[in-house]
Order: sequence, then structure tokens, then C-alpha cells
Amino acid sequence: MSQRHGPVTAAVITGSMPEMDNDHGPLQHHFDDMAQQNESAALGMWLFLLTEVMFFGGVLTAYAVCRYLFHDAFAEGASHLDVQMGTINTIILIFSSLTMALAVRAAQMSKTKLLVGLLIATMVFGGAFLVIKGIEYEHKWVEHHVPGKYFQYDGPMANQVHLFFSFYFTMTGIHALHMILGIGWMIWLTIRSWRGDFSAAYFSPIEMTGLYWHFVDIVWIFLFPLLYLFGAGAGAGH
Amino acid sequence: MSEQAAPRRRNRGRYEGDVPREHYLNVAYGLKSWLLTVDHKRIAILYLLSITGFFAIGGLFAAIIRMELMTPTGDLMSSEVYNRVFTLHGVVMVFFFLIPSIPAVFGNFFLPMMIGAKDLAFPRINLASWYIYTIGGIFTLAAIIAGGVDTGWTFYTPYSSTYSNSAVALTAIGVFINGFSSIFTGLNFIVSIHKMRAPGLTWMRLPLFVWAHYAASIIMILGTPVVAIAIFLIAVERLLGVGIFDPALGGDPILYQHLFWFYSHPAVYIMILPSMGVMSEVIACFSRKRIFGYAFIAASSLAIAVVGFLVWGHHMFVSGQSAYVSMVFSVLSMLVAVPSAVKVFNWLATLWRGSISFETPMLYAFGFLGLFTVGGLTGLYLGTLATDVHLHDSYFIVAHFHYIMVGGAVMGYLAAVHFWWPKMTGRMYSEFWGRLSAGLLFIGFNLTFFPQFLLGYMGMPRRYHFYPDEWQVLNVLSTAGASILGIAYLIPIIYLVYSLRYGPIAGPNPWHATGLEWTTASPPPQHNFETTPTVTEEPYDYSKAIENVAITPGAGPESPPSPAAPRS
Amino acid sequence: MSHDAHAHDEPHIVPLSIYLAIFGALMIGTALTVWVAVFDLGEYSWLHTPLALLIASAKATLVVVWFMHVKYGSRLVWIFIFAGIAWFLVLIGITVGDYVGRNWEPAPNAWQAAVEAPRSSELG
Ligand SMILES: [Cu+2]
Repeated sequence: MSQRHGPVTAAVITGSMPEMDNDHGPLQHHFDDMAQQNESAALGMWLFLLTEVMFFGGVLTAYAVCRYLFHDAFAEGASHLDVQMGTINTIILIFSSLTMALAVRAAQMSKTKLLVGLLIATMVFGGAFLVIKGIEYEHKWVEHHVPGKYFQYDGPMANQVHLFFSFYFTMTGIHALHMILGIGWMIWLTIRSWRGDFSAAYFSPIEMTGLYWHFVDIVWIFLFPLLYLFGAGAGAGH
Repeated sequence: MSEQAAPRRRNRGRYEGDVPREHYLNVAYGLKSWLLTVDHKRIAILYLLSITGFFAIGGLFAAIIRMELMTPTGDLMSSEVYNRVFTLHGVVMVFFFLIPSIPAVFGNFFLPMMIGAKDLAFPRINLASWYIYTIGGIFTLAAIIAGGVDTGWTFYTPYSSTYSNSAVALTAIGVFINGFSSIFTGLNFIVSIHKMRAPGLTWMRLPLFVWAHYAASIIMILGTPVVAIAIFLIAVERLLGVGIFDPALGGDPILYQHLFWFYSHPAVYIMILPSMGVMSEVIACFSRKRIFGYAFIAASSLAIAVVGFLVWGHHMFVSGQSAYVSMVFSVLSMLVAVPSAVKVFNWLATLWRGSISFETPMLYAFGFLGLFTVGGLTGLYLGTLATDVHLHDSYFIVAHFHYIMVGGAVMGYLAAVHFWWPKMTGRMYSEFWGRLSAGLLFIGFNLTFFPQFLLGYMGMPRRYHFYPDEWQVLNVLSTAGASILGIAYLIPIIYLVYSLRYGPIAGPNPWHATGLEWTTASPPPQHNFETTPTVTEEPYDYSKAIENVAITPGAGPESPPSPAAPRS
Repeated sequence: MSHDAHAHDEPHIVPLSIYLAIFGALMIGTALTVWVAVFDLGEYSWLHTPLALLIASAKATLVVVWFMHVKYGSRLVWIFIFAGIAWFLVLIGITVGDYVGRNWEPAPNAWQAAVEAPRSSELG
């Protein structure tokens, strides 16, 4: 530690503190070294994911309460979801998680081309997920299962089924929004990777994006059985 | 005893030196240098200005409320307008003053200095948090102009959903956005405390102000997203008419209360924990004594943060929530009083045989001790199942939480303002006017809110502007107290602004206090310290003489080699 | 500290085979989730949700530990993760507990039982 502070201290005393900006390398002026900066970024990312856990946790709690109150109606609503598409999307998302993990690995090994390729692959998988999600939304729209003014449902539990579909759209909608933001961020990272910004010496942004992307995957790992498969066991087919 | 032998600081002479030639305030001028700054000290000043603005708006609404309640007939305004006034008072004060107050101003300014860092871990996120706060504030101001909001600051369903008839959406969006500024602040603090500490600054050498902010940050990180989602669900409910919170459509309004109070009870600790941190600094300094029970105060901050998350249901005893859950919440609410009491007893033990002096910050600290204790003890009445049925939604609870919020959080905020003003500006304010307004505040506060305990006990409900004639005396007393309170808030603004230009030069350490922030110039240089400090001892060592001497660049002691601070 | 610094100065590169193995496990987990959901459990059909959550938790654990490199991370990250899980469980546990508890019949009071008991013996 004392050695680490040595040059900085000397620079301050002699008044020759250079304006260390981003153009002097990725080390920001208020950190001592890259290790400190990278650890701070990682810790910050994990804390952000904690807030995300509580954010999704709030909706999940509301969902759990309503599902407890209206068990049968929610099972009936869930039986209208397309298990096939949900399963395909789950598989696609796991693929994207794999390519993301491998992208971090490529960055760690300074393989720039592989890194770019894997980031693009991750975005393609993410995009495919969103397309399928869009098709599902479109089906729901045609079937008048989108909550709101145009919602139509026959049956004694129409109100509660409406509630189920509100949760379905809220939860999958927030999840999809997270994916869109992730893909948007990844486009920028791909450009930077192409420029050669990242290598074994500096890949913190890739690593942080990876953490975010895996978290979004985990959310889906829970949403899939909670929403799609709830109606499957009841045997009420589509 | 060694305490008596501690050097007394009284009769200290006026500081002879000059303000440093270059400091964080004059390194750059112009609007751009402020609006695009990433310096935590400048961001703190931005927060100070905006928070003061919101405090004035919230105070204005409070003044209107007290004016209305002077007479039992409700003759100043209609019930609809009154609903909006007390709602806006609550929304503005809670979300735009109390929650950001100490963390965003003094946490931002002094936490990096106390840990010997050049800045917080994420300076740009820090600036972003101020912009988010401002955008959230603009939405709320827009809501005020658009006719206000009348749900109460809690946005309870179905007032905010099915029966909403005011600018709920705008206000809710404002509060939703504002939440992220709080999350960013908390995130920044926790990472900085873990990773940015100076060499030798171990966890048990951290100032208690830092511990308190660590605990408050835990709540900001883990609680705020839940209130965000609760507000988001109200938006979904209103846009789609789905009825998550509407019994007619199958939902449950109590569900909203769960999500809301899961955050909003701990949010009380976001307001009070930083204030407690200020108390530890101020009381130790003006008692000239090492703080008593350092480890207990630090640990009790964390205990408050954790246990504070387990008690939210005490706001819902009469809501129809399960009786079994109510019992659990009641017991846990009693439990959370323990760590708060631990702190108060440790402060009292610090005062015991200390060399106490009564400078302005210390007067505010004394105010805090008395008022917070009253507020905390009356909280026990409300956490007890049977008595809560009688006192719920009465003026008793209004008095209780104002003793905590104003008597605790605002007193702590003002203590912090007066304690660190010389450090932030390099100037001393008028001690006479400072003491006077601290005294006025204490008198005015008690006159305002003590009658409300009596009113509530007699059964006066909150949120109504009609009341039986026999309660007028107490209400007029309360309004008279509020007038004194208003003056006590205005005086500091005048003498503090005056001190900026005409105040005597403070010197680096006018209070002869311990702590890293006092080892650098006032106002501090742009990167806080001329040399990265090295910490070799426990905090609050007031047994030694501490001088208010000029700090010249390059003259600082060379950092001796020291064991590395564990950064984890 | 020194451990963390080491982890970043020379990044710990996980072998490709481990990533692929985790990927395979996640795929099997997905298949298992669907299979369990459609499987007729008869009178144990209430087990569907617990089983689904169990499998999902196992999958999530794999992602966190391996894909997110927590296995090589600091102890602090572990603490953060457990804090997140704990806080979420508090929120959902107590809130759902309220709704479950509302349906509970209050247990007969001890004094009531004491009053009732001799009367019934008199009748008998
Ligand atoms: Cu509370």
C-alpha cells in the first residue's frame, strides 16, 4: 500500500499532479491503481444487482399474494400462455448467457475478434428472445388478452384472469426492458471492443455487462416456471 | 481523571491565518463548472441549495396548515385544498428534504474526506444522482402547479388509484425518479467505504458518521427499489385499470401498504441514522472526550438498519392485516428501540465528566438528545397493539413522527450545518445568532408539537381541518409555536449567508476537532488533501492538544510506511 | 486485499469445458422444469410450484457461481448475495404470511376451555 501511494504522494507534494483523465488511460484520478478501480466497479455492480433483486422482488411479492388469493384463476390464465414459445425463449436466453460468459473469457485472453463475435452472438440471441416475446405479445393482442380497455375474457373469473395477465405483462415487460437496455449498452461495448479498448489488462466494462446480463437471465429462469408452467400441470391445454 | 486533564478549548483566539489561496470553490468559476462538476464537495453544495429550496416549499405548506388549524371551523380553505396542502407538505419534506438531507449534503461532502479519499468511488454517478433528484423535483413542482395531490404523502390505494382526482401521476413519477438518486448515493457510499479508505484506516478507526452512513446506505439500496415498484404498480393499475389494489376487481389495497411500508419504515432510519452519525461527531468534539462505547454505537447502526426492515407492519395494525402478523410486528418494533437506546446511553456516557462547551452545534445536539428520546419513547405507544388502536391516525402520531423527523433529523441536519460550515466555507458564523436560533428552535418546536400529543390523546384525528371548539386552545398554542419555529429557521439563513463574506476566517480546525476532514485546509483543496493521509490511531482521541494551525502545501508530514488498510 | 488484487491483475480464466458443462446443466434443468410441470403428480400436485422453484434456484445458483465468477470472487460478494436473498425472503415471507394468517381460526382461549370443560362433564 505504501509503495502504491508513493508516486501519487510525491506528485501531489511537488504540485505536479497531472490531470489524469480518461485520455491518460482507463485509470481515473481518484483511484490509486487499476485493482482498486476494478474492485470498486465490481462491488458497485453487485450492489446495483441487489437493488434489482429487490425491484423484481417487489413485483414477485405482489404476484405471490395475488396468486395465493386467486389460485385457480391464475392457473387458468397461465394455461393461455404458450409453453412452447416460453421454453424456446428459455433455451435462447441460456445460449446468450453462455456466449456472454465466453465473451468475458475472450476479453480475459485478449482475443479481440472472438470477443466481438461473442458479443454480437449474445445480442443476436437477445434479439431473438425479444422477437419471440413480441410474437407472443401479438398473439395475446389478437386474443384480447392484453389488459386494459380491450381485454375480453369469458368466464366467472374474468377479473382475476385480467389480474394474471396484468402481472404477466408487467413482469415480462420489465424483464424485456432490461434486455433492451442491455443490448443497447452492448452495441456500444462492441464498438469499443472493435476499437481494441479491451484486453487482459482492462476488461472491467465487459465483465460488468456480463454480470448484468446473467442477472437478467436469472430473472427469466424464475419467471418461466412461475408464469408459463403454472397452468401446465392443471392440464388445461391451450 | 484523564478526562478532566483534557485540554480545554475555550477562550481560543481568533485564527490569525488567511484562507488558502486555492480551494475547491475557486478552482473554476461559471455555471458550467458547477453543473458539470464531478467533485463531491461541489455536488454537495448543489444538493445543499436544492434541498434548502424544497425545505422552504415544504415549510410554506406547513405554515398554511398551521394557519388553517388556528380556528376550528376550517374557514381558510376548502377540504379539498386542505388535503392537497398536507399531502404536499409531506411529499416535499419526506422525499425531497429529509431523505436526501444529511447523506446528500454532508455525506457527500465529508464521507470521502473522513475516509481520506480524493472523491467517492463513482463521481459521475454522484453527479447523476443530483440530476435525478432535480428531475424528480421538477415533476413534483409540476404536480403542485397542476393542482396538487391529495392522497396523503403515503399514496395509499385506493386514494391514489380508484378514487384519484388530482395530479397523482406527476407526483408519483417525481417520487419514483427521486428514488434512484437515493439508490445511487447509497451505492456510492458503500463502495467508497469498502474500497477507498486511506492507509491505516481500519473499520474500527472509522468515524461513527461513516458507520451511520454505511447503515443508511444499506437501507437506500435494499428498500428504495421496493417503493419504486409499488409506485410503478399504481401506474400500471391506473393505466390499464387492472385492479391489483382494487377489491372490486379482485385485488387488495393492503398489498400496497405492505410494499410501501417495507421501504418507508426503514426510510425513517435513512433520515435518522445519518443524524445520529452527526451526533457522535458533535458530542465527542464538544465534550472533549473519546466517544463512549464506540463499537456499540457502530454496531447499533447496523442493527437498526437490519431490524428496521422487520417492523413495517406496525403502520398497518388497524388495516385488517392478520392479527398474528401484527403480533410479530409489534414485538419486533419494541426490539428496534433497543439499538436506538444504546446510542442515546452511549452519548450520555460520553457527556459524563466531559469538558462540555455550548457552541451552536452542541446546542442542536442537546436538542436532538431530548427530542429524539421523546419521539422514540412515544413510538412505543404506537408499536403496542392495544394502544395503537386508540392513537392510530390521530395527532399523537403526527406529534410522534415530528419529534423524530424534526426533533431528530432536522436537529441533526442543523447541527451538521453549524459544525461543518466553517470547513465548507472557510468562515465562522455569528455564535450569538447561532445559539439564539438553536434556542428558539427548541422552544418553538416543543410549543408546536407537544400540544399535538395531547390533542391526539384526546382523539383529534390527523388530516382534518375541522375540530371541536374545546381543542382550539391547544391548536392555537401549536400555531404560535410554529411561528417561532419559522423564525428559528429563517435566522440561520441570514447569518450563514452573511458569514460567507463578513465572517471571521475559520482556519482548518476551529473546533479543535479530531477527524481527517479537519486536517486539511478550510475550504478544502480540490482533491481534499495535499498528501494522502495515513491513519495510525483510533478516532475521537481528544486527550491530546489539537491546534488550529495553518496547513501549507508540502509541509505535511511524510506518510510513514504503515500496514495496508484491508479493503474488503 | 492481496487475493482480490491477484484476481484482477491476472484474471482467473475458467476452462472452456466448465462453461460448457454449466451450459449443459442449465439445459437439463430447463428440460426438467418443463417435464416436472407437465408430470401428473396426482394428490401431490401442490408440489409443482415448490419443485419448479427448487429447480429454478439450482439453475440460478449455477449461473451466479460459475457464469458470474462468484466462485472466484471476494467474500464480500457472497455476503451481498446472501443479503439480497435474505431481504427478498423477508419481504415476500412476511407479506404472504399476512394473507395466509388472515384465514387462521383463532385458537380457543385457555379460560374458555376451562369454563367449557366442567360444564360438559356435568352434562355427562
Ligand atoms: Cu414505522
